[in-house]
Amino acid sequence: MILSMIDATVEYRLNNQSVKALDDVTLAMESGEFLAVVGPSGSGKSTLLQALGGMLSPISGEVFIDGTSLYDLSCDKRAEFRRLRLGFVFQTFNLIGYLTAQQNVQVPMMLNGDSTDDQLKRSEYLLEKVGLADRMLHKPAELSSGQQQRVALARTLANDPHIIFADEPTGALDPETGLQVMSFLNDLNQEGRTIVMVTHDPKAAAMASRCIRLVNGKIESLNQTQANPVKFPAE
Amino acid sequence: MNLLFTIRKEMFERKQQLLTSFLTILLGITAIVSINTITHSSQTAVKQELERLGANVLILPRDATVQSYYAADLESGELPESYVNQLSNSGIHGMDNLSPKLSASMNIQGQSFILTGILPKNEMRSKVFWQGGGTNLFGATEQPSQECLTVDLPLGGSAKPKQRIIDDLEKDQVFIGNEAASILNLSQGSTLELKGQTFTVASVLPSSGTVDDTRIFAHLHKVQELLNKPGTINVIEVVGCCQKIFEGLVPKINALLPLAKVMTIGHVVKTQIRTNQMMEKTSWAFISLIILVGGSGIANYMYSNVNERKKEIGTLMALGAGSGFILKLFFIKALFLGLAGGVGGYITGTALAVFLGPYIANIPVTPLPSLMGLALLISVGIALLATFLPARRAAKVDPCIAFKEI
Repeated sequence: MILSMIDATVEYRLNNQSVKALDDVTLAMESGEFLAVVGPSGSGKSTLLQALGGMLSPISGEVFIDGTSLYDLSCDKRAEFRRLRLGFVFQTFNLIGYLTAQQNVQVPMMLNGDSTDDQLKRSEYLLEKVGLADRMLHKPAELSSGQQQRVALARTLANDPHIIFADEPTGALDPETGLQVMSFLNDLNQEGRTIVMVTHDPKAAAMASRCIRLVNGKIESLNQTQANPVKFPAE
Repeated sequence: MNLLFTIRKEMFERKQQLLTSFLTILLGITAIVSINTITHSSQTAVKQELERLGANVLILPRDATVQSYYAADLESGELPESYVNQLSNSGIHGMDNLSPKLSASMNIQGQSFILTGILPKNEMRSKVFWQGGGTNLFGATEQPSQECLTVDLPLGGSAKPKQRIIDDLEKDQVFIGNEAASILNLSQGSTLELKGQTFTVASVLPSSGTVDDTRIFAHLHKVQELLNKPGTINVIEVVGCCQKIFEGLVPKINALLPLAKVMTIGHVVKTQIRTNQMMEKTSWAFISLIILVGGSGIANYMYSNVNERKKEIGTLMALGAGSGFILKLFFIKALFLGLAGGVGGYITGTALAVFLGPYIANIPVTPLPSLMGLALLISVGIALLATFLPARRAAKVDPCIAFKEI
């Protein structure tokens, strides 16, 4: 088991009231799995992803990755863990606007303390891999949404993460570009990386090896696969 | 790529934001420096006005009284001239100038006048000598020291011969009071016989309405020779720093010169202290207010700057940036902006004060190099502090919280 969440609860404070975004969720994943998380808006999908990725502390419960209890680590140690083992893809790409595509891909390596030469070589390689060799010197604002998401994917791969967390990676893309991004994620899964993806897109979810549905912070259904895709009820 | 590259890139790729942040700090510091410089020059101008009040400490023979001093009663005792050197070498702080004098009554053409011996070089150390009619007729006034009110030597009078003349005052020259000159029908260049020796009138002093109008001033050593009292004086007028007087200058002089009587000229010292305190309070009120206003602008801007980059902070933290990296990212930028804004603000504020000060406050304004330190302290300090609070908060929470709540 590469990733597990045990009895995790996450609460938000909203207008002086606490709202349970995740309610006592337990989940486990094997190495190399591709998990899709679906559910209506506000059901806690993104919260689940963030809690699994060490980005949001649950008020109770635990998250283990490779046997390490993420939330027993200090903030800085958890950041180091994310940098070395995990990759994130955001719905809105979260590229840094004042850096070029190549420099954005260099960021995780810079944080890792890699030499500039290594950063340049690997960022070139990764941008070529996502088909953006000719866009390396462009700023995010000069790229299309699809290109931006591919830069974000290249950045995710910079430190060669074992697990990738993708939060609605196709949410801001047109269907064709979305398909392209999903194809990249599929390739990464084929390379042996574990992927957790939040999505609203049935086609994207269908590409996962397993799918769970979250409603009101609880896992409602499990075990759908590519062979037996999840059915999306009207939200 | 490294941290510094990232900071430089962020700053210079977003030139408009860089310019706005720089201008915010620059304007804040400019306001602080210019107002502070003008206020300081106003204080200096007031202090210079107070110089006209004259000496504030008198060292008299033990049996003398203030009344005998003002009446130039010369029979109330004498002091050795060596007291002047004793005081100079004593290491007692707060005596800005010493003016020894020997006076004697003299009958000329059937009229009684006072002949007063002075040491011109001692007087010249303080530059300002006598002034007449509220106007400095002869020379520039030296800037007083900054720590306290300094009053240059008035020689017990209110009229000042020009420095050139004082410099050149020979032993056969005299200054003559306005009334005495009128009675004796003397003018500059006239000659006057005193105890069988001939003196040239180097200058006629403007009317002062004091006993000085009937005095004749000559070199101290010449007067001692004429009166056959070598090494003797009958008063040392001291221009004391009023703050030092307040802190116990008089007892120190008393202890050093046990045979003398040391006294302050109360109304002079009181006025000096009161005015000084008033100016100091006003100055602090101005400075505090302007630091508050300028500082709030800088703090508000730097705080917003971190706040508007919360998505970037969250992303960097998600990608594995530790709290140290996030803090450095903002601190180095704040440091750079603080330094640039501080130096720029000092230069602009000083230039504004120097050029506009004379029009606004009707006083000459001189640059204050010491304000550079204050400008840098405020600009860098506030920029760092205003950055530190939100950046530290961001760096200590989960990335998702940073995204949402910085």
